[in-house]
Amino acid sequence: MLAIAIAFPLLAQPPAARRSGPPPTPQAAAPIDLTGYWVSIVTEDWRYRMVTPAPGDFQGVPMTAAAVKVADAWDPGKDEAAGEQCKSYGAPALLRVPEHLHITWQDDHTLRMDADAGKQTRIFHFGDWKPADSEHTWQGDSVAQWDIDREAGRSVGGSLKVTTTDLKAGYLRKNGVPYSENANLVEYYDLVHERNGDQLLVVTIVVTDPMYLREPFIISSHFKKLPDNAGWNPTACSSKW
Amino acid sequence: MNYKRISVYLAIFIGISVPALAEIDLSGSWASKNHEDALERGAGPHPDDWAGLPFNDAGRAKALAFSQSIISMPERICWFQTQWHIAAGPFSLKIWSENDPLTGKILAWVIGGWETRAPMTIWMDGRPHPSKNAPHDQTGFTTGSWHGDVLTAYTTHLKTGYIRRNGAASSDEASITTTFFRHGDMLTLALVMEDPVYLTEPYILTRSYILTENPVAVAGPPCIVGYEGVAEGRVPHYLPGKNPFVDEMDKVYHIPREAAMGGAETMYPAFRDKIKDKFTIPPKCTRDCGAPPPGRN
Repeated sequence: MLAIAIAFPLLAQPPAARRSGPPPTPQAAAPIDLTGYWVSIVTEDWRYRMVTPAPGDFQGVPMTAAAVKVADAWDPGKDEAAGEQCKSYGAPALLRVPEHLHITWQDDHTLRMDADAGKQTRIFHFGDWKPADSEHTWQGDSVAQWDIDREAGRSVGGSLKVTTTDLKAGYLRKNGVPYSENANLVEYYDLVHERNGDQLLVVTIVVTDPMYLREPFIISSHFKKLPDNAGWNPTACSSKW
Repeated sequence: MNYKRISVYLAIFIGISVPALAEIDLSGSWASKNHEDALERGAGPHPDDWAGLPFNDAGRAKALAFSQSIISMPERICWFQTQWHIAAGPFSLKIWSENDPLTGKILAWVIGGWETRAPMTIWMDGRPHPSKNAPHDQTGFTTGSWHGDVLTAYTTHLKTGYIRRNGAASSDEASITTTFFRHGDMLTLALVMEDPVYLTEPYILTRSYILTENPVAVAGPPCIVGYEGVAEGRVPHYLPGKNPFVDEMDKVYHIPREAAMGGAETMYPAFRDKIKDKFTIPPKCTRDCGAPPPGRN
């Protein structure tokens, strides 16, 4: 009976019931530590990310015909003249840009991500935060939640899920592959501990956009943790480079 | 039936039917989403495109000597790729578990293979890796362990293989660490290759898959050796300085040779500063451009 006595309470009891007092804040409950400086490791889609790809090079993106029409009209000079040179730095594309990231807790309920490329900032809101009815922006409105892995009621790891809406229409790739303002972005942030001691941040990115994508666009980006801000180099958005 | 017997039955029932805590089920058919590296994973990379690959001078020299015709040699037609082909190739995954018939305990997770790759068996029963002197093959030897809901697999005992399908190679001293992240119906794999012979830093690729009801085959068709035009005794190759494709990436994409020749620095953002003044946006794409298939939207 001992095995049953031990196993059943652990299986049946929700984690919260085993705690007393108020629930921990998202910062205190974090099952993984995403804070610090990170640098892109560009081993995938190199020619779409490290340099500006040719007009009409859309390999891999499940674009609709409407998207191809928009992309075929890509004119980086025109974007620049219109002050829209950050179109390829919006949230659905930002983590594909070669860059350094700086992730910090803005407060107990808000995680902040700064990117040196394009000087962009993303804000991840935990809890029951609701976006204001405001205009769409490059980085949109992001709601975050932890997915905590538990063992015997104890956190043994997990990941971060971020859902972003209210995006200003932009580009998935610098050569004008579009996403619309109705696009929806879901990301999963996971950590990998390499055998050599390095720590990796792996972000699985899912972009859904019925107007310009035939199916969800699914990619993943990875970053290496840095000990400090070496290499941090804020640069303005560019529509050509 | 006394209480003692009931408790024994219940304990066995719990042990068999309740999955171990902080482990997840990976079994099923997982459709590959080739939205990144689509050309490289599909038709294959351009010859001499090694940008973003952290190889050393030896790795580069070996890659420059490579002729694609080498795999038409009868001896190499069935030269299976190593487990790295999970990331380098375009294929979907079929994953299942091998269970102990008495206890139900998972002994191994298996990722089905294809014509170009053997199945990967991830031993979960705590067995050690063989001696470093044990034979190597394309399959290698893999053990796994759970960390929360994350499975980490470690592969050793591989033979030399490709890490990019244009001649970039891994040695028989290479190892692969594969981490499995499941998020609902989505599976992301992070593969990290370490190779003291040909790489200066770990080579990392991440791939994503979607759970599908369309069954993925557990194995591909058999490879059959045949004559493909390479005369007996000939080994296709390029001598040093004779590879004709070293400037192909420059011609097609305006990517300078120093970038196409790879090396660890080409993986990092700072490398862009080195090539910025040498780069101009190439003309409109005319081949391998991607587009909606006919009749879609």
